Amino acid sequence: MTRFLPPILFLAAVIGLTCIPLFADSYGVTLGIGMLGYVTLASAWALFSGPTRYVSLATVAFFGIGAYTVAVLSESMPYPLVLVTAGAVGLGVAIVVGLSTLRLAGVYFVIFTFGLAELIRQLVTWYEVNMTGTLGRYIFLPVTPEGIYWQLLALATATFIISWWVGRSRVGMALKVIGDDEVVAAHCGINIARMKLALFAVSSVIITLVGAIQAPRWTYVEPTIAFNPTISFLTLIMALLGGAHRLTGPLLGAVPLFLLFEWLSAHFPNHYSIILGLVFIAIVFVLPRGVLAFVEENWKRWRRREIKKLPAVAE
Amino acid sequence: MSELLKIEELTKRFGGLTAVNSVSFSVAPGEVVGLLGPNGSGKTTVLNMISGHLPATSGRIALGGQTISGLAPNQIVLKGVSRTFQLVRGLPSLTVGENVVAALAFGRRKLWGKAAQAEALQRLDEVGLAHRADQSAQELTYIDQKRMELARALALEPELLLLDEWLAGLNPTEMATGIELIRSIQRRGATILMVEHMMDAIRALCSRCVVMNAGRKIADGPTAATLADREVVTAYLGEAYA
Repeated sequence: MTRFLPPILFLAAVIGLTCIPLFADSYGVTLGIGMLGYVTLASAWALFSGPTRYVSLATVAFFGIGAYTVAVLSESMPYPLVLVTAGAVGLGVAIVVGLSTLRLAGVYFVIFTFGLAELIRQLVTWYEVNMTGTLGRYIFLPVTPEGIYWQLLALATATFIISWWVGRSRVGMALKVIGDDEVVAAHCGINIARMKLALFAVSSVIITLVGAIQAPRWTYVEPTIAFNPTISFLTLIMALLGGAHRLTGPLLGAVPLFLLFEWLSAHFPNHYSIILGLVFIAIVFVLPRGVLAFVEENWKRWRRREIKKLPAVAE
Repeated sequence: MSELLKIEELTKRFGGLTAVNSVSFSVAPGEVVGLLGPNGSGKTTVLNMISGHLPATSGRIALGGQTISGLAPNQIVLKGVSRTFQLVRGLPSLTVGENVVAALAFGRRKLWGKAAQAEALQRLDEVGLAHRADQSAQELTYIDQKRMELARALALEPELLLLDEWLAGLNPTEMATGIELIRSIQRRGATILMVEHMMDAIRALCSRCVVMNAGRKIADGPTAATLADREVVTAYLGEAYA
């Protein structure tokens, strides 16, 4: 019976979330879009970076690629084809980037991915200024906010199922071993480069699609909007808050933080960035391994203390 | 095929330093061979080249007549070579059982799910660690970590097992347990090449020894005779004892 409980709860949650736009006002739908967007971003990020511990700051590079593909192609192609093209572009970039960078480890990978996002932003800016002559682009697509919400929900659901499957499969085991010790991974017969590349590609395609699906919300895009590095940092901190190496971790991190940031930007518009920075620092200091791990550890410690109080039993 | 492992003119240079200099030897199936030598003589480097952890500068390594030098470690594992590490390398974020499952899942048999868990338990039982299967790997004591690493290496179904100072750092009781464990692996027909400093263990386990000094092979023969060899004694203890 308990075996079927999680899937049933999951299904109920998806159905419940699907119905929300039927009741909610436009602010509710907007909030839902933002939340689903970040839940998907954080889950996709954690899919690769959680187990391997390769901290990527390239989230916005792929997010922006998705948004820009839609901006460029929205008038010359039917919408579904635009999404497919965006995913394909994301995949292509992920493979090129993956092949050239996944040999880097630790801080070098972090710096590279951050640099990559900036590089793509500057390239797009240069192209727009010198080739098309105008920096911004308009996106006129007959997609309603509800449509965006449902697309994002579908993507979030797919991401969640992929994460669940990876976590239970040999692929997930391989990623954990790689995250612990690459030398041991290789000596267990794991093809490290191929494994990392595959997961990086899947994660990047999902992130690209988030950008592509959300793009029509903006109507107007320019590189500073679509490639805003804050998106990378928010995704990272949400995944870390929940716990990047757990299935529900990114979800549990993304929802409260998104609501917090939403509230902060409404009430403290002038100090938003300062508070954002403080929140980042607080999370890294107080919960370095995420809320879930924190709760679990303290639960164990508390239980152990309880056991110690019991009269000693001969071993 | 008379020999399982055949090493020919194996050389490794790190910049100007020649860590392994034109070393050749072979290991027959079922043999337990000790690879000895003072610190820095290049023993671990030889092991690292056999397992593919380091590429050889020149020379050839063959397993059962097939060249394996130049292959990546994950390919060499599938050919039938597995190893333990000088500084024990557990996978701390996994349980003890999962440490072994990792090897089963990607090794030669590609086991997964219930079959892999059952097999992992059996492998852990062989090294006396089955009761700790659900524990976190980082909670193990030093000898248990070494046992786990051995179980992981055995789970890869090796034709050739490389042990890099597997008995180092154990107390006398643990040493006796360890020797008995290696002997039980040997009885099942495994071929073992072991780097070791513990002379008692070498005398107890190895029928043959290869001795290295400063990157060169200086002796190769039956254990007792090799350990009495003049050049070997000089390398270890100096001229005065030779």
